[in-house]
Amino acid sequence: MSAAPAEALPHAAATTPSAPQRAPDRPRGRLGDRLFEGVTTALAIVVLLVPSAMLIELVGASRKAIGAFGASFLTSSTWDPVHGSFGALPFLWGTVVSSLLALALAVPVSIGVAIFLAELAPHRARGPLSFLVELLAAIPSVVYGFWGVFVLVPLLREHVEPWLAAHLGFLPLFQGPPLGFGMLAAGVVLAIMIVPTVSSIVREVLRAVPAAQREAAAGLGATPWDTIRFAVLPSARSGIVGAILLGLGRALGETMAVTMVIGNRPKVSVSLLDPATSMASVLANEFAEADSDLYLSALSEIALLLFGVALILNLLARWLVGATKGRVGSPA
Amino acid sequence: MTTAPPVARGPLSSEPPPLPDPEPVARIQVRKLHAWFGGFHAVRDVSLDIPTRKVTAVIGPSGCGKSTFLRCLNRLHELTPGARAEGSVLLDGVDVYGRRVDPVVLRRRVGMVFQKPNPFPTMSIRDNVLAGHLLSGTRVPDPEAMVERSLRQVALWDEVKDKLDQSGMSLSGGQQQRLCIARVLAVEPEVILLDEPCSALDPIATARIEELLGELESRYTIVLVTHNMQQAARTSDYTAFFYLGDLVELDRTTTIFTNPKERRTEDYVTGRFG
Ligand SMILES: Nc1ncnc2c1ncn2[C@@H]1O[C@H](COP(=O)(O)OP(=O)(O)OP(=O)(O)O)[C@@H](O)[C@H]1O
Ligand SMILES: [Mg+2]
Repeated sequence: MSAAPAEALPHAAATTPSAPQRAPDRPRGRLGDRLFEGVTTALAIVVLLVPSAMLIELVGASRKAIGAFGASFLTSSTWDPVHGSFGALPFLWGTVVSSLLALALAVPVSIGVAIFLAELAPHRARGPLSFLVELLAAIPSVVYGFWGVFVLVPLLREHVEPWLAAHLGFLPLFQGPPLGFGMLAAGVVLAIMIVPTVSSIVREVLRAVPAAQREAAAGLGATPWDTIRFAVLPSARSGIVGAILLGLGRALGETMAVTMVIGNRPKVSVSLLDPATSMASVLANEFAEADSDLYLSALSEIALLLFGVALILNLLARWLVGATKGRVGSPA
Repeated sequence: MTTAPPVARGPLSSEPPPLPDPEPVARIQVRKLHAWFGGFHAVRDVSLDIPTRKVTAVIGPSGCGKSTFLRCLNRLHELTPGARAEGSVLLDGVDVYGRRVDPVVLRRRVGMVFQKPNPFPTMSIRDNVLAGHLLSGTRVPDPEAMVERSLRQVALWDEVKDKLDQSGMSLSGGQQQRLCIARVLAVEPEVILLDEPCSALDPIATARIEELLGELESRYTIVLVTHNMQQAARTSDYTAFFYLGDLVELDRTTTIFTNPKERRTEDYVTGRFG
């Protein structure tokens, strides 16, 4: 009670003397405003121009491949630089399957981690734990790749893949020799890489759900878990979808770690134990050695495909995250 | 929690029980209650009895701990980060802070209506009324009847009966608040805590809620936090005056407003400070 007037005083004291000072400044202030507006607009246009320029450049560079292969580029699995025959299916397949596998592994874990960090962890531990999780997102992907090669791949080869082949080998998904390097390794590394991203965004989305809703549920006699399930998760749903799509975007574009563990074999195989490849991997591996115009053009078209897929997913994700935040932020 | 509250209760639709004798028994007995936010001592050594099937108003200047006190009664206070409470709150003689009391079960017996209407935005009006049961997975034998009965009790049925499937957010503030009261009534609590339920409402909506309190009084024990002295005078039988975390005085409302024992109470109700 007594704090209110004490707070009001310095505030009033600060505004009164500055008011007459500001009046003569006004024309200059307006000029400054206009300048500021001009500069920011220009920067915004540059930010828009760069990706547009890249897109135009990629389309230009891919023109030869588009002309030579048309739609069959998307459906052919021949990748034969020597005879100049290119099909992107194994790369599309590898990127899409490894990313979806990563999502299947990472999403339940991420949502669990986010619920723990946002709702269940002791209040004092939440800040430090969240920081640690976000720190995981800052580890360079080549480090994840090394960890994949030296820890994950041997583990998969010696323990996990033989077990999968023995017990679930009747499924086409788990057939073939246990090589370690392959789709499964790529999926697992990607999953570990996107957990921090997805869980920290989901945590933010959960925190954005107003306390009033949690209290409404708790006040009706909901257990903490029921409160999360009925009062928190429904409001956060589209934000969670957005977070998942951002994770997917990161998985689709990831190059280094995937290249190191996926095996780099341009074949379409249903088995997760088989080596595979991805769009980003083939670009990283083969761009330097592309010796013909058509080869370069085919690689450019893969880059274009990757760019398009990632762009669409990111736009969708951001829109979804924004929609949730906007909705829960203005309940009245 | 699917377990029934330990005390047997009749259905809401039954005839209101006879009014208790002039000096009503206390269903809630608060003894040496303290509450803290971190190091801040917000409620200090409060002991009082809350009479059964009466409206007890809690008044006092902003920040004196009214909401905190109220939230201690259904143990909602302890959900705030860093908050804790000490002392005892006896509900029918059982300490709700006792080790064997599950706060989840307690909160079904002691319902709460908040200052700001807070229907669940993703639920329809119907589901909002049933929310207490949906949340806990309790099977309701006749949900439609329960929705209608609860909405009728808060005089909202005629206004919403044709749009039960619309979102609770599509209602006006006053309607939302009545929906929130209906949601509490549907859980069939014994005690209803209301924290400034009318502060976001216009005079007409306020009058309806006050009228509603008068009707509910015969069946529920009601604790009403209010800033509005006329509201306390109009609706309550007993009034507690809090000041800086202390309970200054609790007496019949007429006594508090006409002939209080404490000087500070008199100053407050006559508008000399606060
Ligand atoms: N979440 C919180 N963290 C820290 N201090 C708090 C918190 N909530 C309330 N307080 C403090 O506890 C004291 C009592 O707050 P409370 O909300 O119970 O007051 P009140 O009587 O309900 O006031 P009002 O009439 O304004 O609602 C206040 O001094 C307030 O600053
Ligand atoms: Mg309050």
